[in-house]
Amino acid sequence: MQIPLWKRVIILGLCALGVILAMPNLFYNRVETHNAAAAKIARNGSTPELAKQLAEWPSWLPSSIVNLGLDLRGGAHLLAEVHLSNVYADRMNALWPEVRDALAKERATVGNVRREPSDPSVLKVSISKPEAMATALQTVRGLARPVVSLTGVGQKDLQVTAAGNSITIQLSPAEKAATDQRTMQQSLEIVRRRIDAAGTREPTIQQEGSDRILIEVPGIGSAEQLKALIGTTARLTFNKVVGRTSDAHAIPGAGNSLVPSEDQKGLYYIIDDTPVVTGEDLTDAQPSFDQNGQPAVDFRFDTTGARKFGDYTATHIGQPFAIVLDNKVISAPVIQAHIAGGSGIITGNFTVQSSTQLAVLLRAGALPAKMSFLEERTIGPELGADSIRAGRIAAVVGTIAVVVFMVAVYGFFGWIANLGLALNMCMMFGALSLIGATLTLPGIAGIVLTVGMAVDGNVLVYERIREELRAARGPARAIELGYERALSAIIDANLTTMISAGILYFVGTGPVRGFAVTLGLGILTSVFTTVWLSRLMIVMWFERRRPKSIEV
Amino acid sequence: MRHLRMVPDHTNIDFFAIARVTFGGSMLLVVISIMAPFIWGLNFGIDFLGGTTIRTEASQPVNVGAYRKALDPLHLGDVIINQVFDPSASTNKHVANVRVSAEKGHESIPPAALKRIEGALQKVDPSIRFTSVNSVGPKVSGELMRKAVMAISGAVFAVMAYIWLRFEWQFALGAAVATVHDVALTVGIFVLLQIKFDLSIIAALLTIVGYSLNDTVVVFDRARENLIKYKKMPLRDVLNLSANETLSRTLMTSLSTMIPLIALLIFGGDVIRGFVFAIAWGVITGTYSSIYVAKNIVLMLGVKRDWGKKDDGAAGTQFAAKG
Repeated sequence: MQIPLWKRVIILGLCALGVILAMPNLFYNRVETHNAAAAKIARNGSTPELAKQLAEWPSWLPSSIVNLGLDLRGGAHLLAEVHLSNVYADRMNALWPEVRDALAKERATVGNVRREPSDPSVLKVSISKPEAMATALQTVRGLARPVVSLTGVGQKDLQVTAAGNSITIQLSPAEKAATDQRTMQQSLEIVRRRIDAAGTREPTIQQEGSDRILIEVPGIGSAEQLKALIGTTARLTFNKVVGRTSDAHAIPGAGNSLVPSEDQKGLYYIIDDTPVVTGEDLTDAQPSFDQNGQPAVDFRFDTTGARKFGDYTATHIGQPFAIVLDNKVISAPVIQAHIAGGSGIITGNFTVQSSTQLAVLLRAGALPAKMSFLEERTIGPELGADSIRAGRIAAVVGTIAVVVFMVAVYGFFGWIANLGLALNMCMMFGALSLIGATLTLPGIAGIVLTVGMAVDGNVLVYERIREELRAARGPARAIELGYERALSAIIDANLTTMISAGILYFVGTGPVRGFAVTLGLGILTSVFTTVWLSRLMIVMWFERRRPKSIEV
Repeated sequence: MRHLRMVPDHTNIDFFAIARVTFGGSMLLVVISIMAPFIWGLNFGIDFLGGTTIRTEASQPVNVGAYRKALDPLHLGDVIINQVFDPSASTNKHVANVRVSAEKGHESIPPAALKRIEGALQKVDPSIRFTSVNSVGPKVSGELMRKAVMAISGAVFAVMAYIWLRFEWQFALGAAVATVHDVALTVGIFVLLQIKFDLSIIAALLTIVGYSLNDTVVVFDRARENLIKYKKMPLRDVLNLSANETLSRTLMTSLSTMIPLIALLIFGGDVIRGFVFAIAWGVITGTYSSIYVAKNIVLMLGVKRDWGKKDDGAAGTQFAAKG
């Protein structure tokens, strides 16, 4: 029954560490205010008010606390799917003029070039002289560029095939992969910026799988609000106007689309699918007023955008130019003059509010692809507070009942198990705080369950000690054998639970994952408190008292 | 002070005496429970079916009929309205769940539809508040279902592999049967009582997998020890002895786990009641199956007895090395 001093120091040290790390959770609101202030100061510098908030909690104390999950704090959860193939279609639309111009140079050999209707993510082009297909293919393939990504080195971005008199152009698999990755990064970034702009705290925005984004924002009123904030598209393009019609079923012709007007009901524009400039080329947008004092939006392009815009306006004076937002024509002003310098103004039927909102959306950048929402959850703050209250009551009642039960069954040894249980709780909260884990409602259930499971290790040992005592062993020997022989059962029993907690963590999301984390950590800390801590306590007690007999 | 004893110090129960009733009955229930979801159906929540649930809280008592009448003109398809009873909630809080099936062509609920539903309910009871809205599209719900089934079978196989490594394959199979027994009976009771079966119940089932094994493994651990200790004792007696020796621990642990679970069932609120119920039920079946199911499989399959010794290989003439 010897435990070397260094081991004792480590065991007790870990317990003390657990208690210290868990302590900030007792002062949850103060620590939270402190942390929020610290984060703001780090970003924007200090103000007297922030400094006061910072002083709520001494900075030399640990300040990690467990995060409360959405189901406890209230907030909104969205699972969005990004339509990655939208980007392929954009690329194909942008490629069409290039293909057309390149083939036009070979007109003598390949004949007339036409764009054929096709799946939007591929570009289908026909030539009138199929015998010159080899030349045409070579020309089109010449437009391909190397893929810009780490994995696609040495590959071209276009895949060009021919059949009969038509050429099918699409992005190569390597380019698709690279594009998908860029689209996701861009979408994540834009969603993050839009949510940050609203000033909510600690949003979770992360990619799930290949084309999904998980968004969790605590404290927001509803998932609907969050959706409005993200704005499902806000795709801004400037397109050539081919014609105007009032027929909603008009056939726009290949390469064109029929787009309704935003403010004039029954008016439709036929626009060229290939935008002249897109919102991605914007550098700034501000709400302003036009010369008639009507609300409008000022915008400025970056250099490439400015050049494209300048070139187009120079050659198309007197023609209408459509400003298209989310597949609706906001306005289609006639180009009055060559607009150099890359800045302009969008006028339309705006109110001050709508022009401001549009400017914000434009400034945050357009989402590169459409998003749809697969899953949404709103938890009201009062429901969260109710859950915390209920969970707390259940935890307290459950813990007291277990404590009483253990003492009734094991007497003095029951107290040791209970002390171990208390320290186990501290270490668990300490560890949860340290890793910044999120506590969810099932997580609280996990903690309550851990209370029951945590004493299991002690039960195994104590039952074993009872058996060894019955086999007429001395108290010291019985205790030693009890711990020794129960160990394999403790390890096996806890490892199996650990395996299922691990699987839960990997397949689960949100609250379920929170449960897996608390369950797994609970197993680790409870094995520690049983195998090392409670043993140390019994040994220390034994060394002091040297009892002739013990009653377990 | 005389301490409380769950079971006498020495018990000598023959757990196989009524195996026909216990084990046979268990297997019959497992078969019924596995077929039950296909015959009578589980009360799947929106996590698996897709659709929207809206939790309402009002200061006036819930009038399900009036709610239904208000929602009827909206033509929402399947609408299920449940009043939620919570003994621990205060008396002026009346909670109901309104569930609407997924709209065709949509993933999660469109904002306009949600507004219409909330508006209609507010007309019935102006004090009504919507404390929680959950909407899951058909795409995700299908995936969740597949994932759930994979997770549970994955867990059973992973743990079986672990036990196979630590023990013998007979034990692994015994533990796996006991685990499947517990999971199946839990699904069975959800069919019987038509409790809502959602994602959190899957988490509960995985917890049951862990717990059930925990209990079984402790008995097996002792059986392994006793098989080495009593080399001549028949397998049946060794298994009985092991179960008797660990009986006190098995019941103690089940009780110490049940106590906080009961507290959660009563005070934990209605949001997690189904989840806690599943785990509590799993603890009961887990305790039972570690005593009455897992060992029976081991007994049926038999076990290699010369633990600790090297395997002598197949029967027949053997040449032993000298010395």
